[in-house]
Amino acid sequence: MSLDPSTVPAIELVGIDKKFGPVHANKNINLTVAKGTIHGIIGENGAGKSTLMSILYGFYQADQGQIHIHGKQTVIRDSQAAISLGIGMVHQHFMLVENFTVLENIILGVEGGMLLGRDTDRARAKLQQLQKDYGLDVDLDAIIEELPVGRQQRVEILKALYRGADILILDEPTGVLTPAEADHLFEVLRVLREQGKTIILITHKLREIMAITDEVSVMRRGEMVATRTTAETTVEELAELMVGRRVLLHVDKDAARPGPVLLSVKNLTVKDGRGVTMVDDVSFDVRAGEIVGIAGVAGNGQSELLEAIAGIRKPSSGEILIDGQPVAGLDAARRRDLGLAHIPEDRHHMGLVLKFEEYENAILGYHRDEKYGRGGFLDLEAIRKDAEEKIAKYDIRPPNPRLKTANFSGGNQQKIVVAREIERDPKLLIVGQPTRGVDVGAIEFIHRRIIETRDAGKAVLLVSVELDEIRSLSDRILVMFAGRIVGEKTSDAGEQTLGLMMAGIAA
Amino acid sequence: MTTASVPLPNWITYGLIPLMNLMLAFFLSGLVVWSIGESPWEALKFLIQGSLGRGDAIGFTLFYTTSFIFTGLSVAVAFHAGLFNIGSEGQAYVGGLGAALAALALDRYVPWYVTMPFAIAGAAIFGAAWALIPAWLQAKRGSHIVITTIMFNFIAAALMVYLLVNVLIVPGKMAPETRTFLEGGQLPKLDWLMALFGLDLGPAPFNVSFLIALVMCYLVWLLIWRTKFGYEMRTLGISPSAAIYAGVPYVRTVIIAMLISGGLAGMMALNAVNGAAARLQVEFVAGAGFVGIAVSLMGRSHPVGIILAALLFGILYQGGADLSFEMPTITRDMIVVIQGLVILFAGALEHMLRPAVVRIYQQFAKA
Repeated sequence: MSLDPSTVPAIELVGIDKKFGPVHANKNINLTVAKGTIHGIIGENGAGKSTLMSILYGFYQADQGQIHIHGKQTVIRDSQAAISLGIGMVHQHFMLVENFTVLENIILGVEGGMLLGRDTDRARAKLQQLQKDYGLDVDLDAIIEELPVGRQQRVEILKALYRGADILILDEPTGVLTPAEADHLFEVLRVLREQGKTIILITHKLREIMAITDEVSVMRRGEMVATRTTAETTVEELAELMVGRRVLLHVDKDAARPGPVLLSVKNLTVKDGRGVTMVDDVSFDVRAGEIVGIAGVAGNGQSELLEAIAGIRKPSSGEILIDGQPVAGLDAARRRDLGLAHIPEDRHHMGLVLKFEEYENAILGYHRDEKYGRGGFLDLEAIRKDAEEKIAKYDIRPPNPRLKTANFSGGNQQKIVVAREIERDPKLLIVGQPTRGVDVGAIEFIHRRIIETRDAGKAVLLVSVELDEIRSLSDRILVMFAGRIVGEKTSDAGEQTLGLMMAGIAA
Repeated sequence: MTTASVPLPNWITYGLIPLMNLMLAFFLSGLVVWSIGESPWEALKFLIQGSLGRGDAIGFTLFYTTSFIFTGLSVAVAFHAGLFNIGSEGQAYVGGLGAALAALALDRYVPWYVTMPFAIAGAAIFGAAWALIPAWLQAKRGSHIVITTIMFNFIAAALMVYLLVNVLIVPGKMAPETRTFLEGGQLPKLDWLMALFGLDLGPAPFNVSFLIALVMCYLVWLLIWRTKFGYEMRTLGISPSAAIYAGVPYVRTVIIAMLISGGLAGMMALNAVNGAAARLQVEFVAGAGFVGIAVSLMGRSHPVGIILAALLFGILYQGGADLSFEMPTITRDMIVVIQGLVILFAGALEHMLRPAVVRIYQQFAKA
């Protein structure tokens, strides 16, 4: 291997292999990341990206294979070792203490000495230098929970840089960002690259890969199937490599044939636990045979709106009618009886009980139905047969109703929820972030099911922070900003127009 | 973080690791015994012989086991609904009142098998009633169940002493206890069951409530894994947010789960009051409620595990008593230390050895 520092790759993984029991998470992975580049890693959920990065960051040990950092073979026992090798990680879910200041969060764990004081001043000086070098503008004395998500992410990046990282791993960094915040992040990443940092970007979003990376590696079922120079590849090629077959990135659908109103929301106001108004005097209707999409940046009241309709959160005023019936005071189970189905935004905390076996989750919310057992007892045989039918129909993998739900990949977990809610044959389907953290193949599948539900004459209310998703599925688009519906557009509205409305700039 | 998510086969999780924890606890106990100059092997021999060596020893062991099964089930049922019921002790104590009242009212008129259903109902209803207020406070007011059930243990103790000293005491007697039940109010001993194995029960109080405990194990299993209510309890216990999503009624589920839990705790009194003492005495629960917490933890809240863990604690209780009798240098307090070590390793530190076991298992699985 050459010792010229300019050509030695920042990271070289050779023959990395990792098994978890019968699951072969990484098969003989080779990966070379050149210094000073942005390298994308894409792949479906369960393709082994996270495992590979966890090995690089010292969470797991590889069963076989070698890791070379800057040309030197190393063993990364734990994340401390990774940090001392100059590897920093920005997790999808931030690891920040919410009620600490930015500065406190950054020095947490590396305070040095028993007393804060002089070290804190030194840290402040060092951080100010870092901010100047990389354009990572954020108030060091702000409390984390008061910062917008995009800023919190900068804190994570600063934290990694403060610990001397020159290789940064970002795991799905734009999942929580507005389009504008994502653009800012890319700006920062470009500056970091110019300053010689090496960046690994894990993402589902092919567009981001095209926009920012120099090289891209594709993983499928534990294997590294291809590495491409970004400039020489296309979105279609990458999607095909990821899934292993051709993928339709756009949904074909006929024009909507709206029928009677099945969901009516009138002057709804919802407050959160702290008494802050999250949904502010919102009114709209959803008719049978149409998909109404609610666009908006995360945190503008969409979640609370969905929860209020589903019976999870109590509105402080206003009225909700499902199929003409007022539902105030009815809990989630009673609303299901009226024909409501709900694919929740957060499948891990709401849609599924991860410790349950698959078949147990396949009846969640509908477990009181007669067909799952008469009287107070569960008819396990009927439930499992029902689960098996859904598994077959929705191609849920592995096709094992006795497997613990946590052991399914994200896309398959989401299919469990989608199958349960759609197969109940509801009148009204409300859907939150149907494809968050879901791989391309499953996205196509779930989108098609949602359209089929509409075509079968159901009313669908869709909330998503993915503007593409809203635009390709919805017949009408409502834009939410700061708890209010700031406008209604048809599905052919331009991305720019909607983006400005989502930012609260235009109506 | 690195090993917690790695799945292990059931025989390791439910067999090998608990066994290793137990061995470790016994090893440390051996060191304690050795440090005061006694032979650990001798001590172990006395412990085993004293609990399993003779018919009456086994009878006492199974008597304790019976109490621990009831309280272990009590803790487990609440635990499945995400509730940590520390109050089994007090619920069992008050349950004793229900069991005793049934016996006192009926023992003169009917045979034991007629009294039994009333004693069971009395014990369960009084135990459940004692769990109702903490349950209601948790469900409606958000008062933490751990705090309220602990406080209700103290209230139960005060209440029962008051009743026994002032109300239920036999006039003219000094001991704060009820009159002795006639045969119609007692639960008969299971000497015939022991005789089947060629064992002589002797004076040991092993009685019919053991069979009731086994029936309850089956019913609890049925409740938790085969009923819709059990499904709702487990959903609430594992994921409260998913329970709201699914429309599981929180207030109702919490209250019913705690009533069942309290009822099971109360039924422990059948063993101690109707089975053994044939009278209601002060402090008859004697810590069985707290042992139930350890039993439930060690038995992973599963009835089969609870039976095994209850048997282990039965052995420790009976064998420990015999040990301190045979080896006077090993005092009652040291027996408590040994029991404490078992609880510590089997209950509180159950995950201590897991990372090492996972690593070894992965080595083997690879090969």
